Amino acid sequence: MVKKSSMAAAAEELGPAPGIQAAIAAASCCAKRGTRHTSGPGNPLNALPLGKLGALPISARGRAGLTYLKASQWRVGAGLGGAPGEVTGRQPPIAWGGGALRATGQLARSSEWRLVRSSDRWDNSEAAVRLSEGAGLRGAMIRRVLPHGLGRGLLTRRPGTRRGGFSLDWDGKVSEIKKKIKSILPGTPCDVLPDTSHLPPEHSDVVVVGGGVLGLSVAYWLKQLENRRGGMRVLVVERDHTYSQASTGLSVGGICQQFSLPENIQLSLFSASFLRNINEYLAVTNAPPLDLQFNPSGYLLLASEKDAAAMESNVKVQKQEGAKVCLMSPDQLRNKFPWINTEGVALASYGMENEGWFDPWCLLHGLRQKLMSMGVFFCQGEVTRFVTSSQRMMTTDDEMVTLKSIHEVHVKMDHSLEYQPVECAIVINAAGAWSAQIAALAGIGKGPPGTLQGTKLPVEPRKRYVYVWHCPQGPGLETPLVADTSGAYFRREGLGSNYLGGRSPAEEEEPDPANLEVDHDFFQEKVWPHLALRVPAFETLKVQTAWAGYYDYNTFDQNGVVGPHPLVVNMYFATGFSGHGLQQAPGVGRAVAEMILEGSFQTIDLSPFLFNRFYLGEKTQENNIM
Amino acid sequence: MWNGTRGIHRLGGAVVPEGNQKKERKMLQFLNNHFYDVEALRGYLLQREMSKVHLKNRSFTWLEEQHGPYSAGAFFILKQGGAVKFRDKEWIRPDKYGHFSPEFWNFREVPVEAVDASDCEINYEGLDNLLLLKELQSLSLQRCPHVDDWCLSRLYPLADSLQELSLAGCPRVSERGLACLHHLQNLRRLDISDLPAVSNPGLTQILVEEMLPNCQVVGVDWAEGLKLGPEEHEVPVFIPGCPWLKVTAPVTLRQPFPCPSSGLGR
Repeated sequence: MVKKSSMAAAAEELGPAPGIQAAIAAASCCAKRGTRHTSGPGNPLNALPLGKLGALPISARGRAGLTYLKASQWRVGAGLGGAPGEVTGRQPPIAWGGGALRATGQLARSSEWRLVRSSDRWDNSEAAVRLSEGAGLRGAMIRRVLPHGLGRGLLTRRPGTRRGGFSLDWDGKVSEIKKKIKSILPGTPCDVLPDTSHLPPEHSDVVVVGGGVLGLSVAYWLKQLENRRGGMRVLVVERDHTYSQASTGLSVGGICQQFSLPENIQLSLFSASFLRNINEYLAVTNAPPLDLQFNPSGYLLLASEKDAAAMESNVKVQKQEGAKVCLMSPDQLRNKFPWINTEGVALASYGMENEGWFDPWCLLHGLRQKLMSMGVFFCQGEVTRFVTSSQRMMTTDDEMVTLKSIHEVHVKMDHSLEYQPVECAIVINAAGAWSAQIAALAGIGKGPPGTLQGTKLPVEPRKRYVYVWHCPQGPGLETPLVADTSGAYFRREGLGSNYLGGRSPAEEEEPDPANLEVDHDFFQEKVWPHLALRVPAFETLKVQTAWAGYYDYNTFDQNGVVGPHPLVVNMYFATGFSGHGLQQAPGVGRAVAEMILEGSFQTIDLSPFLFNRFYLGEKTQENNIM
Repeated sequence: MWNGTRGIHRLGGAVVPEGNQKKERKMLQFLNNHFYDVEALRGYLLQREMSKVHLKNRSFTWLEEQHGPYSAGAFFILKQGGAVKFRDKEWIRPDKYGHFSPEFWNFREVPVEAVDASDCEINYEGLDNLLLLKELQSLSLQRCPHVDDWCLSRLYPLADSLQELSLAGCPRVSERGLACLHHLQNLRRLDISDLPAVSNPGLTQILVEEMLPNCQVVGVDWAEGLKLGPEEHEVPVFIPGCPWLKVTAPVTLRQPFPCPSSGLGR
């Protein structure tokens, strides 16, 4: 049986537990690539390489004892441990082995280092026994290391006795050493040296910036579609682990197929089947099955005279793609939903299957749980810098173009100046409403306007309000999510005659997205009149609560941005969905993963959503945005 | 020991595990958390269970082309272990070995009137086959472990003919799925008793009755879940014959007096 040690999950990147000998070596030297950087003056301890095991606590005397070792006796292997597939930099042989903490068996096989060879078979208990015999670690090492010269006899005495006396407080020393050994043993927290468990790993194949539903979906599909288990290390960086401003949690949670673009319809259909089979996709042994609280009540879109023709053609496209949508005349509407006032409605489209609303937190939690079980790293921090390298190349039209590639991401911790540079191969921009800032960090948009270099990512945060009200005489249990001709929408919430809804403001009256404060006058003046007109029962309602959230609004054409950037070759976008990101997240995640792993879209072709369209000026406009 | 795993997968396992089963389950969880092999084995068994259900619910399109939709749909139901009744014919049920009489292959034009799919493992994909029976009048999906809200949203094609529907005991059906039964305007009898996933059975019953005015909704007593009014307090009850006993019991309309287990007349 393969036993999972309690360190197994935590210490994946360290490879086999190095044991004490490597820890000794590691402790005493400054690492070339320390795992901890501060931009302030470091304290000398910070220069020590750190890891889950920490380093052996060596007292000053112990360190002095190690000066007997010759630097050349250490040979650090080129593979510095870690999970397979890790991007390992080649490091020169390090004096004391700064990376020795991660050293593999190559270190142990160095023949000149007899202690190492014998300590191959040391386990911690043996060490503890040796120590408790009073031999002292330092004494044991010196004994074995010094080749000739001093005879063995001299060294079998206790170290203290050599000086002709014995040091006071020997028992205290022993208990201190015992405590330190215990703190290295697996399972106990090592509080001798500073803890770095909050920092992301030093290397990661893919860094996903943004831990919302889109980022997690991309990470999920990357792990799901990789060729070998554990073949790719994925790190998800999320700035706010409470998700207080993230669009996912604040969303109304609707899913519908009533779009005008075939790609959007296909994405939505796939997402519906993903949600339907969520317990097969996101199954984690021993975890209870997920309950998405899905309401399959459908969407009802109402169209006035001037929009009726567009709606008819949209419905035709939707039916072609396989969505179950039907058109209804005002009479049929009144028959089916007697609480509707059909004044001004020329046509309505009603989604019968795979449409409704669900709980986005459940999806987020399910994805997180599954990702943790698949071995994805999570880090709470903010991306502050990309370190890129550029290359000038000639296009086929004999034009010089500078291609950039990001090779390091600096992740800064909360409320501190501490940051961790993460070496990476691919960066995914799934930062939602703040994607433009991340893109700007990579240099996207820095150039003369009108050129490809100067094309910024046109995604900005737009604030939207959602109001919850109570209306005891309101529409019954069968109410779909109704979207009025004016853009106001509402749906039922629960069994208790509560409804929630809102409306997208017009361009001129866009609220300031600096904060998430709710404007209640907006409901009074802009939302309620339309609702009361459409549903007469809503003339008497009482607003219970309200909240605001951000749309990652694509100012260009209100559709998502998916795929790589033409100039920053290893940044992939999965953002800008302007209010329908949640319902398309599973499909988009799979598309981005296919793009990364296979080089092109395999299942759903999202080429109309590539970044190039911003430069070429080709809009893929979506007409049915709420 | 592996019965424990099956019980874990099935949401239909609303039965509280008895002592032994609980111990086994705890042991299994402990092993799962500490050994990769056990985790992998459990994952494999789970996948196998799921693929068995998928296999049972595959589409019989070829049969539909050969013998017509009614026979294909009937075959699907009979294979699952349910019973079918063709118009003017008797009920066809599989026996305890799963065998059924092949006479229905000749009923090409005879529509199926009633289907009893109780305890069958029909899921969303399997409904493809069930929806072939366009003139179905009575459908019973009692205690089906994989019928959930998504499946209920697929029943609207049967709206013209369906008059009787029973969902009693389905562990995954909640009030959200019941909301999409409003398409079935010809429904005359709906049974929604014993649905563990419905959060408020009494209120749900009222709302469903409002939604389907011509339908008789059966199963949930609307008084269930109502709290005691202020005049109905807990009253100390004295059992005649044992003055040393004092049992307090809430006085409700339906519950009988709880019998004290004092050996008196029990």
